[in-house]
Amino acid sequence: MTAITGSAWAPGLGYRIRWGVSDTLTLTKRSLLVWYRVPAFIFFSVVQPVIFVLLFRFVFGGAIPVTVPGGYVNFLMPGIIAQTAAFATFGTAIVLAQELKKGVIDRLKSMPIARSAVLTGRLVADTARMVVTIVIIVGVGYAVGFRFLNGAGPAVAMVVLATVFGVAIACVSAFTGLAIGDEESVQSFGLIWLFPLTFVSSAFVPIATMPGWLQAFANHQPVTYVVNAMRAMALGGPQLEPTLWPNLWRSLIWLAGIFIVFLPLAVRAYKRAA
Amino acid sequence: MSQFNGAGEQPAIFVEGLTKSFGEVHALRGIDLSVPRGTVLGVLGPNGAGKTTAVRILTTLLLPDGGRAVVEGHDVVREAAAVRRSIALAGQSAAIQLELTGRENLEIIGRLYHLSRPETRSRAAGLLEQFGLADAANRTAKTYSGGMQRRLDLAASLVGRPRVLFLDEPTTGLDPRARLGMWDIIRSLVAGGTTLLLTTQYLDEADELADEIVVIDHGLVIAAGTSEELKNRVGGDVIEFTVPDRGRVADAVAAIKPIGEGEPHADPETGVVGVGVGSRGSDALIEVVRALDAASIESHGLALRRPSLDDAFLTLTGHAAEDEQPNGRRRGSRRRRRSDDTQADDTQSARAGS
Repeated sequence: MTAITGSAWAPGLGYRIRWGVSDTLTLTKRSLLVWYRVPAFIFFSVVQPVIFVLLFRFVFGGAIPVTVPGGYVNFLMPGIIAQTAAFATFGTAIVLAQELKKGVIDRLKSMPIARSAVLTGRLVADTARMVVTIVIIVGVGYAVGFRFLNGAGPAVAMVVLATVFGVAIACVSAFTGLAIGDEESVQSFGLIWLFPLTFVSSAFVPIATMPGWLQAFANHQPVTYVVNAMRAMALGGPQLEPTLWPNLWRSLIWLAGIFIVFLPLAVRAYKRAA
Repeated sequence: MSQFNGAGEQPAIFVEGLTKSFGEVHALRGIDLSVPRGTVLGVLGPNGAGKTTAVRILTTLLLPDGGRAVVEGHDVVREAAAVRRSIALAGQSAAIQLELTGRENLEIIGRLYHLSRPETRSRAAGLLEQFGLADAANRTAKTYSGGMQRRLDLAASLVGRPRVLFLDEPTTGLDPRARLGMWDIIRSLVAGGTTLLLTTQYLDEADELADEIVVIDHGLVIAAGTSEELKNRVGGDVIEFTVPDRGRVADAVAAIKPIGEGEPHADPETGVVGVGVGSRGSDALIEVVRALDAASIESHGLALRRPSLDDAFLTLTGHAAEDEQPNGRRRGSRRRRRSDDTQADDTQSARAGS
């Protein structure tokens, strides 16, 4: 018997944090290895946003008048990137539902590991996945004419904001995945709330073109604030610069609210998961 | 912390009056168990009997409503973390990530058990060797056969050197050869001193591996004892045959009635007739042949076989085990298969394959 046998088991906080981080990283590595082994995963997480880029850039874009510098492609890309971050969390919900069903989560919970690590490991791995996807989509955007007009620092800040937004959405997805627990239902449910949330926003079209009742929703929902802030970061200029702070602090309040509500809900669903 | 003194006296698993309900469903209605260190307890029962609920409570995955359960001296509710450090749960390949190699799977578990890197490597290599997976160590688990995946899963559960191992239906769905391989491995674990709680739907599996067996149905322990004791309660061996002329099933029942220990049972639709013959095995077989011959009743697939879980359930509960199977698949196919059996030995392998 090695170090595992200790019967007087009262770990200190430092010990718990250290192993909590270690267990999280081990499970992160596990998830990322799977992703790396199955190139189809990367392919499919990129294909959908690429199709959207091409569709909106070349099919719908000509009919959507915008006033931002560089035209519609520059208007579009921050929106597509935010949507990509949100849609990347489909995977979070689906994999958690699968692992729940297959008994993987039970197995991990029966082991002497940090109980939070299954959830945090999944979120860290999916965040890494999200960042890679975002970077690829930025590259695709560059290929079809998108340009950052405001320098490298704000460009990085835009990617960071998109990622923080994605992680907040991932908490909601983790909750739905664990609470619903069935792969297909989880997928359908994801479409039901993520499609309207990302499309009825400033991500693809100027909100002013929507009917008034829809504007009321679109103007005040988090995706709009996040996308507006991202657009101001990416493009800058006298027209957008003044919109940055009002949108950014509203985004941050929304995101904090989402974390405060859905992280505990996800943790609770994970603890109850059966 | 421990209510037992002296390591030798203390059972590895002790359960008293355990209850658990899910809404209106009473999954456990007060079960008692005691498993001495280094022994194997077989828990038999159909799906929905409460086996899985009991295992989930003992492995700290579920809180009981009432009663108590102690594993290696630790209460599963109040000292769940300590329980998790002494146990492992294995079964239906759930710990295996198919996209990773056998070695990666074990090494990740090793890291989760906080073994150092060199320890993790040597532990993984040792287990792969022990479980006959050394040659496949660097292949992804997706390429493994069902039996190999199950062995890898079991190996993963042993990385942390558990003192008590819970095996949840470890051979369900395996072909007969893979099943025998699992049995050999499980026997070697027990020889190494691990306490084992094994749930299964197969009586022969419990028979092979368990020192003691409990039968659970509707959330209660309805029988407990060694496999010999349970079989005696079933009434010993069973003779079974099929009457191809359905019109003569009743005649067959009448003809063999004096030979059996109890009432023969017959299925008028399939023409399958069976009767318990206690320990008079081959003598009774000859008598049945003579009786059917004397009555000029044609029969197929006359066989003497050991009692099955189905027989145990019929005897102990008065109802067939398949009643509450929600998906009814496995059990249904086993039952249909029975009429095809021609010899006692075939019955064993057909059962193993189902």
